[in-house]
Amino acid sequence: MDYRLQASDLECLIQAIRNKGYLLYGPTLIDGAITYGEIHSVSNLPQGWTDDQQAGQYRVMRRGDKAYFGYAVGPHSWKKYLQLPRRPVWKVAKQNQAIEIIEVQETVPKQAFLGVRSCELHAIAIQDRILSQGDYRNESYRQRRAQLFTVALNCTSAADTCFCTSMNTGPEVTLPSDLTMTEMIEGREHFFVISGGSEAGTKIMEKLPLRPISEGERKLAKERVERLAEEMRRGPRHFDSSDLKELLYRNLDSSNWEKVADRCLSCANCTMACPTCFCSTVEDTTDLSGEHAERWERWDSCFTADLSHISGGSVRADTRSRYRQWMTHKLASWHDQFDSSGCVGCGRCITWCPVGIDLTEEVRTIRALDQKQVRNQEKP
Amino acid sequence: MAADSQLIARQPHKPKLAVWKFTSCDGCQLSLLDCEDELLLLGQEVEIAYFMEASSKVEEGPYDISLVEGSITTPADLLRIQEVRRQSNFLVCIGACATAGGIQALRNFADVVEFTSAVYAEPTYIDTLKDSTPISAHVPVDFELQGCPINKLQLLEVISAFLNHRAPQISAHSVCIECKLKNNVCVWVAHGTPCMGPVTHAGCGALCPSYNRGCYACYGPKENPNGESLCHWWEEKLGADRSTVIENLRNFNGLAPHFKVISEKRERGQKGKS
Repeated sequence: MDYRLQASDLECLIQAIRNKGYLLYGPTLIDGAITYGEIHSVSNLPQGWTDDQQAGQYRVMRRGDKAYFGYAVGPHSWKKYLQLPRRPVWKVAKQNQAIEIIEVQETVPKQAFLGVRSCELHAIAIQDRILSQGDYRNESYRQRRAQLFTVALNCTSAADTCFCTSMNTGPEVTLPSDLTMTEMIEGREHFFVISGGSEAGTKIMEKLPLRPISEGERKLAKERVERLAEEMRRGPRHFDSSDLKELLYRNLDSSNWEKVADRCLSCANCTMACPTCFCSTVEDTTDLSGEHAERWERWDSCFTADLSHISGGSVRADTRSRYRQWMTHKLASWHDQFDSSGCVGCGRCITWCPVGIDLTEEVRTIRALDQKQVRNQEKP
Repeated sequence: MAADSQLIARQPHKPKLAVWKFTSCDGCQLSLLDCEDELLLLGQEVEIAYFMEASSKVEEGPYDISLVEGSITTPADLLRIQEVRRQSNFLVCIGACATAGGIQALRNFADVVEFTSAVYAEPTYIDTLKDSTPISAHVPVDFELQGCPINKLQLLEVISAFLNHRAPQISAHSVCIECKLKNNVCVWVAHGTPCMGPVTHAGCGALCPSYNRGCYACYGPKENPNGESLCHWWEEKLGADRSTVIENLRNFNGLAPHFKVISEKRERGQKGKS
């Protein structure tokens, strides 16, 4: 059931969530980017700001209106709150000749995310399948995820780098969320269309000064999202993703990998910014005495030599093989491994690549080369 | 050559540590003294046998682990590094001078005779080599810890690893990963600031980008760097001129092979793939 929340009452939503004991995170302007940070009040939100995103370039700028959520996804994803960048796994102490393993007891906070886009809900769902439900569960992630409260947001505008329509992950929120909102600015009217998706969500809604919504307003909100989807489908980054797995498997020796490697810095920014990339490593250290040792987990990337280092060296020593691994895993072998694509079309890898390598462009190039090859083979 | 670490482990005595200085500013060996909290513990685990910066008391070699700071710039250095190698079971180069020739390797791109005559009243007193070179150009080294200066926590990690017969946890990846782990906003993408981070070896904890500055590549090239692509973007998109690009490649690690090739190419006015 949809309701109307006045934009001037957004503070009520923020405080209602915080009063339930949640640590609330949401978009906030830090160091020239709209990134995720703790939200104490509505004043932390980047009201009236938007972003311009291009391959390898991000800028914030003023909007002409007072929208609270008038921008696309920023440099970091929610994964930093669920799969922590660094965390201790266990510690060990040597006493006489015995070794005592000390379990790391983590106090997991109750977290709430405000303004989760559809692509990001998909990303969280993908990480769930790997870190909560798969064969290699991550207890820290699982506990954080189990207590998570989400306020999802339908997108009514997109960055140039967004391509969720290609990956069927947006812009409309279709996955379950405790609350889902659409921000509407119509002339002097500024309000949110809000609906509950869980008992916890409904309980928060009971605390809000909601009004019934007119059929016209509800329809208008839906139209705004649909209009964006249509615009994006006509946009330069939209592509058909239905046959990506076969396309990439067929082109493991494409000459394009070498071309990308000329530009790729193998700096790992794409994987760090990606909301689904889940690779981590463990680092074992001792102190000088050798009496204490610790194992830490931290984010790693298929763009480092260490990730594929086995006896005899790194399996993927050059950039060509690292980029190919990343892209074919994300778009192809992910399907075999986790029953979905690993890409949600958020465009972060495009914006935050220092040299602007564009995944959608690489797909297009590989497809063009593939079709050329097929045509050549068909020639008598 | 390095002795088998297992053999060292069975030695009854405390491992003997030596710290050697060649041509350098002393900053890297000072980071050992900066380990204030850990220095006493280090003293319990190793015998600090030769460390002129800290004590004039000298124990004779051989030494189990030698930390070598500085580059080779004089005929005397050439002989002394051979002797240090002979006396050392495990030789670790610390800092940009020892691993890449240091800032004094800028002379390699110019004429050292011209330099000495411009700087010294009596240049005839100066007995120096034409080039500044890293330790690895003269003797085999067992480990290189990059940085100008090195990170003291990384130095402790290398010593701890040596004492406990394990590989040191010194990541060779980019500074970008350190930025992302720290939740930094990318200064390159979000501000258009030229930054050496994507080709620079981690270790500093992304110090400059954490304060909204571009990285100066103090830690030298990372593994598998692509400086050519980085410089191309600096020039084409971030508006950096050729001298800025060359200066950034030649800050403290200009002689590191990857940086050297690209800066020389830029100096000759060439760009792109050779």
